[in-house]
Amino acid sequence: MSDKPWLDKIKAIVGQQYGKVYAWDHVNQPMIRQWCEVMGITNPLYLDEAYAKTTEFGQIVAPPAMLQAWCLEGLHMNNYPPGSTDENPYEVLKRFEAHGFESVVAVNSDLSFARYVHLGEKLYYTTILNDVGDEKVTALGTGYFVTLVMRFYSEQANGADEYVGQLTFRVFKFAPHQKPTPQTDDAAPAVPKILRSKPGISQDNAFFWEGVKARELRIQQCQSCEALQHPPGPVCQHCQSDELSYIVSSGKGSLYSFVVMHYPEVPPFEYPNPIGLVELAEGVRMVTGLEGFAKGELAIGSEVELVFNEFEGELTLPMFRKVGA
Amino acid sequence: MTLNKSVTFGGVALGDELPKCHVPITTTLITAGAIATRDYFPGHHDKDAAQALGSPHVFMNILTTSALVQRYVEDWAGPACRFVDMQIKLGVPNYPGDEMVFSGEITAVDEDKQQIEVTLKGKNSMGNHVNGSVLLRLPLQ
Repeated sequence: MSDKPWLDKIKAIVGQQYGKVYAWDHVNQPMIRQWCEVMGITNPLYLDEAYAKTTEFGQIVAPPAMLQAWCLEGLHMNNYPPGSTDENPYEVLKRFEAHGFESVVAVNSDLSFARYVHLGEKLYYTTILNDVGDEKVTALGTGYFVTLVMRFYSEQANGADEYVGQLTFRVFKFAPHQKPTPQTDDAAPAVPKILRSKPGISQDNAFFWEGVKARELRIQQCQSCEALQHPPGPVCQHCQSDELSYIVSSGKGSLYSFVVMHYPEVPPFEYPNPIGLVELAEGVRMVTGLEGFAKGELAIGSEVELVFNEFEGELTLPMFRKVGA
Repeated sequence: MTLNKSVTFGGVALGDELPKCHVPITTTLITAGAIATRDYFPGHHDKDAAQALGSPHVFMNILTTSALVQRYVEDWAGPACRFVDMQIKLGVPNYPGDEMVFSGEITAVDEDKQQIEVTLKGKNSMGNHVNGSVLLRLPLQ
């Protein structure tokens, strides 16, 4: 039981099965050809009868990823071909709409294929409402993940219809975080482009980032005790003097430690993303992006050298690469 | 696609990487892809409708993403491969003007069934549009 009686009512229909929804058209070459043309698919198995005859199918078959498309209703929602069920296999989504969860986005499509379908077959599917999740807050809004399982069949004249594949389709039915503001002029919002964060520059580290602009890797040095330190700070961490200057690093070093980021993948970085703790020849250590290492090649002690990389023409970052890479 | 370019089961190994593939995302691909998959949801073909939903532009439908995943895998494997299973999960949307770069790797090999699993992702400027895995049966030779 949840604290929402209406949600309990929706969850009570999980497991419900819905009857046949037919395809408007038999599997046919024009729809296959147009699909392939748009998607850039040139496999002769779907397009070239002479080639298809040489395969185990003996004739042209439909691209497997088209399976769901055959049985979609087309322009008019829920306008199913004659012979289809009167039920709405998506009634669960309608029920959520009544409670303010109006938006929907497809999240998962898991297709499995028992066999390829060939020209002339008449397809239909049946649906099971497989799961309704608990309330989740995502980047899009607050809502519910709904999972439907559709089983696809080919109708046979003798009544022994053949199972051809299955689609587990998961959608997020949600209320958006903010009501979108309709555009009233032609100025469309730009497609967002995610860039690397810029550094936070303060009085203490400004010399470091000015050095990067000048293609120098600067290490803070105490004028009183001559000790080096990184990252930069307001006072010497050895003698607490505030008389600080810097030296320019040779850019040579070795890998003191490293980590390889795999998950979660955060734009705009490339993954796997190797990050090193580099011990500079001068003695201080620096956290930095790494490059030039093949998979499995990273090792503590590897010799590395400084490179400056430019991002989007407006950000320069010191990074380290394998010597000789 | 050349007819004799099929990848064979004996010719691949666990950990092999597929060549990357760059897919320009255009308004034409998004709208024509939606219609070719019989998906007339307005957000896939009508910019005003997409913007009223809070999107900057029309966005790709999941059936087009599935098709592009099929294309990426079979362009590499050749016409003799057979799809057994295709699982995809969508992340950030594909909008016009972007580019999606597919990368993939063989993450499982089943000797008995002559099948391999390809784990793949399609990344655009905002992150991963799609993560997926495809089970594929390959010819022996």
